[in-house]
Amino acid sequence: MAKMTVITERCKGCGLCTTACPKEIVALQNEKCNKKGYFYAVCTDEDKCISCAMCAMMCPDCAIVVEK
Amino acid sequence: MKGNEALAEAAIRAQCRCFFGYPITPQTELAAYMAKRMPKAGGVFLQAESEIAAVNMVLGAASTGKRAMTSSSSPGISLKSEGISYLAACDVPALIVNVQRGGPGLGGIQPSQADYWQATKALGHGDFHVLVFAPASVQEMVDMVSKAFDTAEKYRIPAVLLADGLLGQMMEPVTIPEPSESKCDNSNWAADGHKFKREHHIINSLYLQPDDLEKLVLERFRRYEIVMENETDAELYLTEDCDVLLCAYGASARVAKTAVNSARKLGIKAGLFRPKTLWPFPVKELNKAAETARVLLDVEMSMGQMIDDVKLAINCSKPVYFNGRTGGAVPVPADVLEEIKRLVATGGEL
Amino acid sequence: MAVVFERPKSLLDVPTHYCPGCTHGIVHRLICEVIDEMNIEGDTIGVVPVGCSVMAYDYFGCDVIEAPHGRAPAVATGVKRANPEKFVFTYQGDGDLAAIGTCETVHSAARGENLVIIFINNTTYGMTGGQMAPTSLPGQITQTTPYGRDVKTAGYPIKMCEMLSTLEGVALAQRVSVDSVPHIREAKKAIRKAFENEKEQRGLSIIEVLSTCPTNWGLTPLESIKRLQDEMIPYYPLGVYKDISGEGAK
Repeated sequence: MAKMTVITERCKGCGLCTTACPKEIVALQNEKCNKKGYFYAVCTDEDKCISCAMCAMMCPDCAIVVEK
Repeated sequence: MKGNEALAEAAIRAQCRCFFGYPITPQTELAAYMAKRMPKAGGVFLQAESEIAAVNMVLGAASTGKRAMTSSSSPGISLKSEGISYLAACDVPALIVNVQRGGPGLGGIQPSQADYWQATKALGHGDFHVLVFAPASVQEMVDMVSKAFDTAEKYRIPAVLLADGLLGQMMEPVTIPEPSESKCDNSNWAADGHKFKREHHIINSLYLQPDDLEKLVLERFRRYEIVMENETDAELYLTEDCDVLLCAYGASARVAKTAVNSARKLGIKAGLFRPKTLWPFPVKELNKAAETARVLLDVEMSMGQMIDDVKLAINCSKPVYFNGRTGGAVPVPADVLEEIKRLVATGGEL
Repeated sequence: MAVVFERPKSLLDVPTHYCPGCTHGIVHRLICEVIDEMNIEGDTIGVVPVGCSVMAYDYFGCDVIEAPHGRAPAVATGVKRANPEKFVFTYQGDGDLAAIGTCETVHSAARGENLVIIFINNTTYGMTGGQMAPTSLPGQITQTTPYGRDVKTAGYPIKMCEMLSTLEGVALAQRVSVDSVPHIREAKKAIRKAFENEKEQRGLSIIEVLSTCPTNWGLTPLESIKRLQDEMIPYYPLGVYKDISGEGAK
């Protein structure tokens, strides 16, 4: 099972990860923000994640951990 | 040996293994000697692209806990002041030699003491001091090198050896000490690779929170208090009964001493106070030397810069006069003697 | 489940002060990934600049020295000459490396110092609020070129990799970008090669990284990436400008 996890408190909501996902399942949302007020990124469909880690590679804040 | 070369050899014997320089008269022999000797001593000699680069190379080498030094002359020291401020702010000990020449601007290449203010008050921006040693002979240029390194490392304060073109170019017999060992352990702060055996070390001078910066500066000034208490040094020559006290450092103190001897032959009770450390300034020593004096005469190769510290040290309790030359001209004993005679004749009431 | 991607160990686990979308963080991570892969953190000394990355000493796990503005290559030279067995890298922005520190940069390269220089080119002075940098593009509006950079009065941008590639002391001069995953992979390879050059004492390696500054460009992070791709890469072509290992020089 593949999985990307956003460390929500580290995410600054820049959205760079959303440009990197080949499955287009990483997105910013506008409902929940972290303590610093950033609307953090989420995986919209975990079943589709292939653990390619491209979102994490694009993240300037090391806010994404990818497992397989 | 020539002063510049003797100083260089003394630095190598004091286990300095990193020298970064840039050519400028009248300190050039120092760098040339280092270029010849340092590789054989297993050390680093590098001619930098500028004085600024040279002092920053010193900052780099010294930040790893190694003994490092640079040397220059007045205009070059102005350029180095940026790096010296950072050395002081990072609490990184290192040695900077200034073989002074005439100024301001490009000035001249003849001996001068016109950088006293710069060395003791304003060697870069910010609230800080550097240790300033003032040799008056080739032997002292040698002896003060290891003293300067040891004191700098003990207190983590950069040291300046304030010589002048006269001392740098002068040849005198000299005893060079046997190689010594640095007694100081820099391992608790040096940034030389943590080997996974300790926390990472940071050499830094940026503190954006005023409270943090103030705390650090206050700590540094507490260290300065200890230095002022313990590290002053001065020569008191014929001061026990003196009527006229001459105050001079470095090469001009040699002139002043000759004048004092001549005055004594004439029956005038002249004495000499010669600070060997300019910061910390030997306040107690000066007051002791001035106990019996009616009048003080400050002799410098400048328009009179140390005279400010002399007046402050005695709290302006006695008249202090000035006799000196500037622009690369050296005072002559006969002129100083004339001034002594005049002061004695008038009792200092000019 | 096994972790396939996480923060490199030599990148300290603290939040950075960088703005959202600023690519400094990506470059920091790439350097630390290389340091971890080569297992050299304990023998590495980083020299950081004045600019936005001035506080990188709080992020790199290795020992770090914060240099005066522009002087990082001189400081690094001092570190390396005194400790030739250590790994030494500088991390500098465009103002630091290509304006106030041009002299130190050029001469450390000419001497062939065994150093790695990571050069962040984001065409602006970030920390002071977005003034014209030596690398600002012609026509670029900044705080100090409010009508756009007029090359007749403000001069032309400096292409550092091209310039430094003419020096014999340079082992590797390569321009990379962090605008996309393929480019990030390329950037990491270049950084790895630079550290390998240092290990083999081949001379100076400079890796110029085209980066973004969303805040001072007045763009969103995604618009910034697009500007990097559409305006910066055409002006500053990516590629290897010099590589004495003979692999892939233009």
